[in-house]
This record gives sequence, structure tokens and C-alpha cells, in this order.
Amino acid sequence: MSMVTTYLSWALLVLGGFLCVSGSVGLLRFPDFFTRMHAASVTDTLATGMILVGLMLQAPTWIVFGKLVMILVFVLLTSPTAGHALAKAALHSGLKPLLPGKGGKIDADPRPSAGGV
Amino acid sequence: MESFIHIIILSMLVTTAAAIVRVKDLFAVTMLAGIYGLLSASFFVLMDAHDVAFTEAAVGAGISTLLILTTLSMTGRFEKAAENPKSNYKPALALTLVTVTGALLIYGTQDMPAFGAADAPVQTHVVPRYLNDSATEIDIPNVVASVLASYRGYDTFGEVVVIFTAGIGVLALIMSTVSTAPVALRASMEEHVILRIVSKMLIPLILIFGLYVQFHGEYGPGGGFQAGVIFASAFFLYAMLFGLTAARKVVNSNWVQALAALGVLLYGSVGVLAMINGGNFLDYNFLAQDDVHGQHMGILFVELGVGITVASVMIIIFFTFSTHQQRDGEPD
Amino acid sequence: MEFLGLFNYWVVVVLMMIGFYIVICSNNLIKKLIGLTIFQTSVFIMYISMGKIEGGTAPILAEGVTLYSNPLTHVLILTAIVVGIATTALGLAIVVRIKESYGTVEEDEIHAKDKKA
Repeated sequence: MSMVTTYLSWALLVLGGFLCVSGSVGLLRFPDFFTRMHAASVTDTLATGMILVGLMLQAPTWIVFGKLVMILVFVLLTSPTAGHALAKAALHSGLKPLLPGKGGKIDADPRPSAGGV
Repeated sequence: MESFIHIIILSMLVTTAAAIVRVKDLFAVTMLAGIYGLLSASFFVLMDAHDVAFTEAAVGAGISTLLILTTLSMTGRFEKAAENPKSNYKPALALTLVTVTGALLIYGTQDMPAFGAADAPVQTHVVPRYLNDSATEIDIPNVVASVLASYRGYDTFGEVVVIFTAGIGVLALIMSTVSTAPVALRASMEEHVILRIVSKMLIPLILIFGLYVQFHGEYGPGGGFQAGVIFASAFFLYAMLFGLTAARKVVNSNWVQALAALGVLLYGSVGVLAMINGGNFLDYNFLAQDDVHGQHMGILFVELGVGITVASVMIIIFFTFSTHQQRDGEPD
Repeated sequence: MEFLGLFNYWVVVVLMMIGFYIVICSNNLIKKLIGLTIFQTSVFIMYISMGKIEGGTAPILAEGVTLYSNPLTHVLILTAIVVGIATTALGLAIVVRIKESYGTVEEDEIHAKDKKA
């Protein structure tokens, strides 16, 4: 049993880590603000959730387990909300999502990339 | 492996700071400063300073970002490039000065003990006494709390007074003379249904977490300073989403101002009580029949005083800034 | 951790000098305050790095642990952070007043107005 939970836990941790990295790649590579934000917030929520569940499987005591559950609930509440707030703020301030142009191809980002450090 | 993470976080700190120098958009600068605060908080976790990390995460990434943003909405978003040749803007001179000073400081670090050395002077002076005797003298697990509230309670009293004074200073500088004139509630937040509902779920949790940090501070990382900032941030959230008028109904400004003073007063009166019972100022041993019990009581009340003052001063500062901003109107 | 040696302190010096550069070289008062925050945080990092003992844990007494990091530096920095935000807020309040009196927060424009008056 413990063998199975350990493997499961590590599988979740590795998968979570991979999703974090892929989210960051998306953040750097996607064409406009909305897709970038989508990449960041969606993968982050899932990745953090997976890492937390992976850690829960290794929790030594029930108190640690409970604390991790609380963190998970907090992340599940806040992370999508933050993404939503960001998208809404962007839309509110007049940033339009990139849509396929008339020729069916996506135009290059007309704006200077936001905070491209 | 751990040192690998150190190096990564420290390099990210340097990168963020360098980006702050170059960026002219002050909104972006503020966000970078928030990232800088969060990065330093994670560095503090690596350095075993969990109490500090807590505080830095709440203050550096949360409250300070919020305050700077509020100020920016009053002063304008962009930094103007000074191209007037007559101005005293001389980046080359500044760069030289900074480089020379930095080189001297780096030369000076050669005499520092290596990182993590157990025999460094910092580790050998008073700290062994705190670590060895705290368990018997004060009998609480968190040594940071016992040093903060008991061994160095006098210092902490001074710090609380400084915070209180800063709150008064902010009030004196920009308190609106009009006594809470009914300002039009910002309509833009009305439509954020999701934000409002989620924050309604979160605010009670944040408040409970603040209380936990306050009263569990003797046993785990936490204490009055952290709890104060966390507690205040719940009110910030409420004020941002439901408008200042609604927030003022929840927390009366006069009450908060009285509470800020009350916290300092509570701290001071614990000290005076010790004097009345025949000890020195803030000598908690005299607060109860036996020493350890007295220490426990003293730390509990002193931390409570700190928490009340910090939370109230943060709320005062935020409310004063936002009231001022609403009165000015937003130069969008 | 051995090869880290003085690396932390060098980073502290670099950060401190970046903050110092912003303070003396930027024209905008708010950016100066942000520079001051960077400077301040670099000092925090120095204190906390000095308090770390290799192989130590957080200074919360527990059974079976003998080596703790330095609690004193933690106490000093913990209070300094909260005092720091309070003083920063005071600085920002002064900036707001300057904006109201002079109509600008750029240093050279303030100087120019002072000379005229």
C-alpha cells in the first residue's frame, strides 16, 4: 500500500512540475495577453493542485494533511479568480483578444508585449 | 541542491531589481517591486526565517504594492525622462559613485565569516543564551516570539510606537478635512460578481487565519506583527471590492484610530503593571505568582497590543489614502 | 552549501547598489521610494543570511533538534519590515502632498518651480 501511494505521489509531483514548466512556456510563447494569461492561470491551478495532492499522500500526520487541504481549497478559490480579474481588467481597459483575421490567419500582436522583460 | 535554489532566487532578485531600474512605466515598476517582495519572502523561507517570510509576503507583495498603486492613481503613471540638459540628472556620475561604493563594500565582505558558519560572531554572542534558556525561562517553543516579546520587549515597544507615529503622520498629512462626505461609490467594481462572491468566502477565512497567527504565535511561526498585517488585508479586500462607504460602515474610522492608540497603551500598561508589582518595566516575571506563568501572560498581552496597533495603523493608512484618492477623483 | 561562501553578501551589495542608484538617479519621487524599498530589502536579506546556520532549522524548539538558526536577526528584521511599510506609507503621503502643492512629482520640475518662486 505504502509503495503504491509513494509512486502515485511522485507521479503527481512530477506531472505537476511538468505542468508548471509548460505553463511558463505558454506564458512566454503565446501571441497575446489573453492566451498567455490562460496558459498561466489554468496550468497553475492544476499544477499546484497536483503538487498539493502529491504532498498530501506523503503527509506524516493528519494535521499536515488538513493544512494541505486548506491550502488546496485556498488555491482553487483564488487562482481562477485572479485569472478572471486579470482578464476582466484587460478587457475593461480596452485590450481586445486576438481573433483570426479575415484571411483566417492570426495577425501579429499589434501592441508592444506587456512587460516583456 | 538547496544552494542551487539559493542561487536561482538570488539571481531572480537581481534581475527584478535591474528591471525596475530600466522600466519607465510606474505601474510595471510597482508590480516588479511586488515580485521582488515575494521573491525575498521565499528566500527568507529558505533561510529558516518563517516568521519574517510571512511578514514580507504580506507586506512586501501585498500592502506596499497596494499603497503605491493608490498613490500612482493620484500622481500619474509614467516617469518622465529628464532630458533637460540643465537639470542635475547625471547618470554617469551616479553610476560611477554606485560602482565605487559597491566595489568597496564587496572588498569589505572579504572579512565576513562564510555563509552558514556556526562559529560566526553573530551566532556566539547572546543567541546561545536565548536558545538554551528560553525553554526553561519562558517555556514557549517559538524562540522568535520569546525574544521579540520578552527578552527584547523594550525594542519592540519602540517599534510599535514608531508604527503608531507613522500612522498619525499619514493622518496629519493627508486626512480629508471633509468629514466623510458621501463620495460616489466607484461603479466599476459593482459588476465584478465573481470577485465579490469569492472574496465574501475568503474574507472570513483570512480573518480567522489572522487570529490563528496571532494566538498561535507562541507555538509556531506567527505573532502580532504578522497577524496585524494579515488581519488588515482582509479589510483592504473588502474596501476595494465593496467600496469605501461600505467599508466605513464595518469599521468606524474613529474606532480604528482609538484602537491604534489602545494597542500601544496595552503594551505599555503591561510594562507598568510589572513595575507596580515590584519589577522593572516589562519584566513579566512579576505579572503572576510563578515566573513562567507571568511570562506567558505578558507575551500574550504584548502580542495582542502589537497586533491591534499594527492592524489598525494599516487600516488607517489604507483608508486615508483611498479617501484622498476618491476625493481627488481618478485621473484616468 | 560550502561553495556559496560570500555569494549572498555579494548579491546583497549588488541589490543595495541598484536601490541606491534608483534613489539618486531617478527623477520621479515614487520611483525613488521604490528604490529605497529595494535598498531596505537588501539589508533584510543580509541580516537573514547572517543568521542562517548550515544544517540548522527554524528557531522553534522541537524535540530531537539541536541546531537552530539565529532567532535574534529574525526578530530585528520582522519588526523592521512592518516599520518599513509604515514609513514608506508616510513617504507616499508626503509625495501626495507634494503633488497637490506643486502639481508634479518629478524632481527637476519641483526644483524649477522652487527657483521661480
